[in-house]
Amino acid sequence: MSNAATFDTRTDTAIPVESPLAYSYRHSGAPRAGDSSRLQLRERAMLGHLILRGGAIVLDEAVRDVLGLNLPGQPQALVQDASGERSIQWLSPDEWLVIVPGGEEFPLETKLREHLGSAHFAISDVSGGQTVLELSGEAAQELLMKTVIYDVHPSNFPVGKGVTTIFAKATTIIRRPSEERWELVVRRSFADYCYRWLLDAAAEYGVNVEQ
Amino acid sequence: MFYIYCPYCGEHREEEEFHPKGQAHIERPKEPEACSDEEWGNYLFFRDNPRGVHHEMWVHAVGCRKFFNMTRHTVSYEILETYKMGEQPSITADSQNPPRETVPVSHPEGVRA
Repeated sequence: MSNAATFDTRTDTAIPVESPLAYSYRHSGAPRAGDSSRLQLRERAMLGHLILRGGAIVLDEAVRDVLGLNLPGQPQALVQDASGERSIQWLSPDEWLVIVPGGEEFPLETKLREHLGSAHFAISDVSGGQTVLELSGEAAQELLMKTVIYDVHPSNFPVGKGVTTIFAKATTIIRRPSEERWELVVRRSFADYCYRWLLDAAAEYGVNVEQ
Repeated sequence: MFYIYCPYCGEHREEEEFHPKGQAHIERPKEPEACSDEEWGNYLFFRDNPRGVHHEMWVHAVGCRKFFNMTRHTVSYEILETYKMGEQPSITADSQNPPRETVPVSHPEGVRA
């Protein structure tokens, strides 16, 4: 076990918790288009986000034992478990993003630290710094096509891929966990900007925001 | 706009994701205290400005955030290759324009080439 100081960022005391988009819902609203909607937008807030850094071989062994997932070794790869709730994404040759259900991140971090021992690695809990926006519906790809500089055509962006690129003017991780769903991992500070951009860009598709 | 191949991501990306970081392959003197002022000044401030093949350092700022090297032509701006840090370029000014010595030319005595 390394001697790094760690603590659980989720407190036991009853502090009212708001999602990064709480402000946006109040000020920009959450449109409901009903059955005519071609695009669904949903925030998956309060998930556990961990950044793993270190050598691929050491981390792969630890992640397979603790989480039961293989560390994706190929660039832009994204792997997830059967339920789709836990995922690991390649960010750079020595950096991976792990997303788990909210509340699981601290036990996971502790277990990984125990498993890795004195190996050369770093684990950062970035749960408070970013949030996940989920797009689904037939117009999702069309919306991305007019917003991001990356080629999101299925031939270039198959299921199981995730890239860090620019969404509008914000740095964003774009992932495709399944055929019809797209995920945007955005900074908390950019969440309102991205949300309002999405509402504006998706107005023509009759966006349906699920809260 | 450039369409740049990132050697770490293994695919082409838009220039918007990258930042240029100046000349590549600049080595810090092993013993700075032993340097003359001129050597240290050359290391810190003076850069090549060739007409033709030039090696540059770039960073994939939005993306994998790794530094890499790029060989570019300063006249046509063409990207000739990109390669990882620590590697040597396969295309250099010499490989593009072979030095004069390799071309057999007979010079009459007393005439400057």
